[in-house]
Amino acid sequence: MKLTKLLTSAALALGMATGAMADTTKVGFVYVGPVGDGGWTYEHDKGRLAVEAEFGDAVETTYVENVAEGPDAERVMTQMALSGAKLIFTTSFGFMDPTINVAKKFPNVKFEHATGYKTADNVSVYSARFYEGRAIQGTIAGRMTKSNVIGYIGSFPIPEVIRGINSAYIHAKKVNPDVTFKIVWVYTWFDPAKETDAAKALIEQGADVILQHTDSTSVLTAAAEAGNVIGFGQASDMAEYADGPRVSSIIDNWAPYYIERTRAVIDGTWETVNTWDGIGRGMVGIGEITDKVPADVKAEALALKASIASGEYHPFTGPINKQDGSVWLKDGETADDGTLAGMGFYVEGIEGDIPS
Amino acid sequence: MIMLEKRPQPSRVWSMATPLVAVLATMFFGGLLFMVLGKNPVEAIKTIFYEPLFGEFAFYYRPQLLVKGAPLVLIAIGLSLGFKAGIWNIGAEGQYIVGALVGAGVGLAFYPLEAWYVFPLMVIGGAFGGWAWAMIPALLKVRFGTNEILVSLMLVYVAEQFLASMSLGLMKNPDGFGFPGSRNLNDYASANSWISQDTGMHWGVVAAFIAVIFSYILLNRHMLGFHIRLTGEAPRAAKFAGVNPKRLVVFVLGMSGALAGLAGLFEVAGPSGQISLNFNVGYGFTAIIVAFLGRLHPVGILLAGGLMALTYIGGEIAQSNLGLPASAIQVFQGMLLFFLLAVDILTNYRLRLSAGKVA
Repeated sequence: MKLTKLLTSAALALGMATGAMADTTKVGFVYVGPVGDGGWTYEHDKGRLAVEAEFGDAVETTYVENVAEGPDAERVMTQMALSGAKLIFTTSFGFMDPTINVAKKFPNVKFEHATGYKTADNVSVYSARFYEGRAIQGTIAGRMTKSNVIGYIGSFPIPEVIRGINSAYIHAKKVNPDVTFKIVWVYTWFDPAKETDAAKALIEQGADVILQHTDSTSVLTAAAEAGNVIGFGQASDMAEYADGPRVSSIIDNWAPYYIERTRAVIDGTWETVNTWDGIGRGMVGIGEITDKVPADVKAEALALKASIASGEYHPFTGPINKQDGSVWLKDGETADDGTLAGMGFYVEGIEGDIPS
Repeated sequence: MIMLEKRPQPSRVWSMATPLVAVLATMFFGGLLFMVLGKNPVEAIKTIFYEPLFGEFAFYYRPQLLVKGAPLVLIAIGLSLGFKAGIWNIGAEGQYIVGALVGAGVGLAFYPLEAWYVFPLMVIGGAFGGWAWAMIPALLKVRFGTNEILVSLMLVYVAEQFLASMSLGLMKNPDGFGFPGSRNLNDYASANSWISQDTGMHWGVVAAFIAVIFSYILLNRHMLGFHIRLTGEAPRAAKFAGVNPKRLVVFVLGMSGALAGLAGLFEVAGPSGQISLNFNVGYGFTAIIVAFLGRLHPVGILLAGGLMALTYIGGEIAQSNLGLPASAIQVFQGMLLFFLLAVDILTNYRLRLSAGKVA
């Protein structure tokens, strides 16, 4: 492979050149959405800014937003590696194969891929246990609903999203046996118009609590317009809706991880890892629960949060059956990470099929 | 007072000069936009247009121009045939998706058999898929007089749902841990459209060049090409010349569908590698700009496709090197079409300075 050689030597030469000039470490970020989405990408960019704040002149960060998942992503990553990035964070599931391909060509550059499962000598993966946050969300939702219909806007039927639905459902059902979930799939991470349509459709079907696994704030806007409907901030706190429908939120906090990994590259101690942290390590945060939620429900939610954080309670603790009635987890048994990582089934009680 | 006066005949000079003026105007006003955003305009424009071609890492970007430009040219050539005849296929994006699905489906059905005939069959499948998808608006138009613009556009969204269903169901990689997306065809030698990844050459690039040549011959040396042009320029005359408008609709829509389908197939078997939820990135829509920027002329389209690819790749470099927001790059690309259409007025009209008297 001629080009590979050329690329490596170019990167090497550049690395040496920049190394000689100054001790700045270039860190690149590849975003799937716009930094102003107010959700997923916004939080990753907050992590990037935290890296800049932590290391000051010792690092230089660059980012490219709105990168399509596919060949375009590969070019963006290559371009970053060529211009001397030593560490590249690729922050969407669909960047998995491109990340692996580019990593092969640049063995001296470290890659960090969010929410995927393929690692290599210079590729780590990291994700957050969002389902822990979903357990708390489900508890609040189950307590708050009056119509007993909870709407759920799913992005793509991939394990991460299915896990969230299951976790929210199990915990809503636990506090409110009459609860039912209505699930709408929008096949996008970020599309305010589609998300609004989905929210309106769910509200029309009687949902008075809307949970979302999409990144924009438009769902909360739709909930505010409908009145008497509550929702949660997704990926980001979305605190600007705290006076309206937002009663709490799941916050992705990437900053500590990004700082830790950047430091590892600077110190030369970077190793391939597979990180999956939750509330305990602070990667998943629960945004402030507003006064709309009665004090006892708030206390219940916070107690659940504390027990998950301490590791005392696992959100997937048996007995839990699969949707078809077969036993998944026996009494007291907890789910192993392997099954969770590839989760492709609903738990018992959820209506409808996972689209396939 | 400046007045517009219709030219007795469209100006040949302006017809050729329009794209160039549009590009220069885009550079100028794009530069102003970048300046307002607090960037050095000269540096930004240089990054977009110069860096991919002659910059430090041009050895990497030049091949990427082929990768990005090939599907645009291939689709735009097909679209230009219809546009010339006044038949508006707006749904190339959908035909691109279906072509990729059928072509990849053929390939995946043979997996893991290694044989020389797998790829040719996939190519046929890709062309067929795009053709069949375009036949829906074509037949509806011929049979029931429906509007091909609306039908072809709406079918894009149907195709996207189809794509989602395939990535999550039938074509899902059985070794993919339940994640959506098909097997990666780059790991399946017989189903691969790469000729040489280092130079950006894949069969889609070859097909794009062949399409340019064939389209040139068709339009300039062939009766059918003459009929296409005649129908667009003088429909009544075309009728007298014995053109069967229905047959023409079926031909041009089918042709543009087949070319879009081919573009999809070459993309899925090469640069993209797999059917996935976000397989389509808007080539089918951008190709409309390319077709017009290239004046619906095969050689023009080739150049326009290259230019469009340049703004994409240069735009990405500008984003990461200069911190330009993605939307600024999109505005920049949009300006190109805007100025093209604006300057186009000069082809048919001339500016006249009058003394301000109103007759």
